[in-house]
Amino acid sequence: MATTAHDIERKTPKAVYVFEAPVRIWHWVHALSIVVLSVTGYLIANPLPSVGGEASQSFLMGNLRLVHFIAGYVFAIGLVVRIYWGFVGNRWSRELLYLPLWRGQWWRDLFEEIKYYLFLRREPTNHVAHNALAQAAMWFFNVVLGLFMIFTGFALYGEGLGLDSWADRLFGWVIPLLGGSQSVRMLHIVGMWLFIVFAIIHIYMALRADIMSKASSVSAIISGWRIYRD
Amino acid sequence: MQQRETFYDVMRRHGITRRSFLKFCSLTAAGLGLGPEFAGKIAHALETKPRTPVIWLHGLECTCCTESFIRSGNPLAGDVVLSMISLDYDDTLMAAAGHQAEELLEQTIEKYDGQYILACEGNPPLNEDGMYCIQAGKPYVEKLRHMADHCKAIIAWGSCASWGCVQAARPNPTRATPIHKVILDKPIVKVPGCPPIAEVMTGVITYMIAFDRLPELDRQGRPKMFYSQRLHDKCYRRPHFDAGQFVEHFDDEGARKGYCLYKVGCKGPTTYNACSTLEWNDGLSWPVKSGHGCLGCAEDNFWDKGSFYSAVTNFGVMGGAEATADKVGGLLAGAAAVGVAAHAAVSAATHIARRRSEETQNG
Ligand code: HEM
Ligand code: SF4
Ligand code: SF4
Repeated sequence: MATTAHDIERKTPKAVYVFEAPVRIWHWVHALSIVVLSVTGYLIANPLPSVGGEASQSFLMGNLRLVHFIAGYVFAIGLVVRIYWGFVGNRWSRELLYLPLWRGQWWRDLFEEIKYYLFLRREPTNHVAHNALAQAAMWFFNVVLGLFMIFTGFALYGEGLGLDSWADRLFGWVIPLLGGSQSVRMLHIVGMWLFIVFAIIHIYMALRADIMSKASSVSAIISGWRIYRD
Repeated sequence: MQQRETFYDVMRRHGITRRSFLKFCSLTAAGLGLGPEFAGKIAHALETKPRTPVIWLHGLECTCCTESFIRSGNPLAGDVVLSMISLDYDDTLMAAAGHQAEELLEQTIEKYDGQYILACEGNPPLNEDGMYCIQAGKPYVEKLRHMADHCKAIIAWGSCASWGCVQAARPNPTRATPIHKVILDKPIVKVPGCPPIAEVMTGVITYMIAFDRLPELDRQGRPKMFYSQRLHDKCYRRPHFDAGQFVEHFDDEGARKGYCLYKVGCKGPTTYNACSTLEWNDGLSWPVKSGHGCLGCAEDNFWDKGSFYSAVTNFGVMGGAEATADKVGGLLAGAAAVGVAAHAAVSAATHIARRRSEETQNG
């Protein structure tokens, strides 16, 4: 291997350009679409109090569903583009797409990082983009859970489009596999709550790293540069 | 070789006039969603093709499929179809009983090996070698396997034969098992519902015997002509759903105005059946029309998915889990928030303590 993340860290530069523009744009588009999907999705499952008047004069649920589906497309296309960028972007761009389970060092880092968060170790492990624990979480929540939401979401979407529609052909098999339409919906809801769990922990970790560690974190996903303080 | 009887011969023998016969053919064509020209095709098939025998078996069940079937909205359809099928074997409807009845099964196998249709109502329980359902001194599952070995195709009537239904509810003490998990080598048409709509039943069986082939099936083995849409897709209350107008309680203003029943648990959005198009009892009504949500009776595992009166339910896939999706998720999110707050507090405390000790060391 040429230069690894470790080499760069050993040289301790003042700043590293970690998150390229497509990664940063994706991060914020993805975050926004999850917020929109969660709010509209929650209201699809638990609708607001009834609106009055003639049915023909309002389209509240219809619009909530429409916004949900548009955000669903944004979410799905975004993830596909992001996965593509993992192949052509810089070396950190693919960190969240796979887990290097075959590397002993990765497992040691994971263990050390867990110790750090359990207050059993003073300093975090040194990584430019993600430490092993963060990488595992990113992989699970973005790739696994993200694809799960896309597969269940488009399977439900196919039910609305109808039998033999493109969504039904591509994703319809998910419905019997997961135990029927009602079960797919309920698992889709649990997926939403897992995203909320992830958001809480993710935001906390990012702010905490910004305050407590030597590397910038929140500004890095805005400007792309990770800046190291002494 | 002796010419085999056609369906038409049988019907005429049962006193059905040619006029009624033709009427039945056009009704059936319409019911199947086929064009008017198919009435002639059905008539022609029934007049010329040798009669396909139908054997109707009953396993673990409540007989609601038969009850629905004999109350077919159009009495003509009921009479005609009954005269076609009750000829051979149906333990509820036939005149024969006891040994005489059981002999009929063997005779059918002898005469029509590989040619008859096996219509199964109910399912076989497999625990204790099938002892929970005994017929003519033998476990039902043996009778089912024996008759299935020699049949051409199987119709799985209702949610029992298609999915297992309430006798298969957790913990399923008798291990009631749907037909497709017991008979693996024959084509099976699932006609779920508890019970299925009479017109759906007569439509499917007439299609199969008139055209001598299976109707087009969906991914889960249900005839597309009746099960390709959710009730929600054709519900007359759907405009209220889209507008956001819901019944909150069965005695509120919304209920009187006929708003959508989603919030009181209607499973129309997840149930594939023809209730919202064909309706029940010759188009008289259906649950939503009478002000109650759909229970999802035509769906796999509907009996184990939690409340009939709430939109958000259990998943029905994890054994024993009684919490709804929102409760499980809310708990997880709450735990995460508490965990993060605690972690932040400890982090701040250690951070400050560390700084103090650094300061005392340096200064
Ligand atoms: C972070 C991602 C997502 C979240 C948090 C989310 C959340 C939700 C929630 C909570 C529901 C309500 C379930 C119910 O009770 O029926 C729902 C429904 C639905 N979602 Fe998503 N969803 C996400 C992604 C997607 C995607 C990518 C699609 C694809 C188009 C999608 C399509 C749907 C559809 C079709 C429904 C059913 C709406 C209806 O029939 O009324 N979702 N979503
Ligand atoms: S009453 Fe049921 S089937 Fe009809 S629109 Fe409402 S949820 Fe859908
Ligand atoms: S409305 Fe629902 S519960 Fe009632 S018969 Fe139809 S599918 Fe079954």
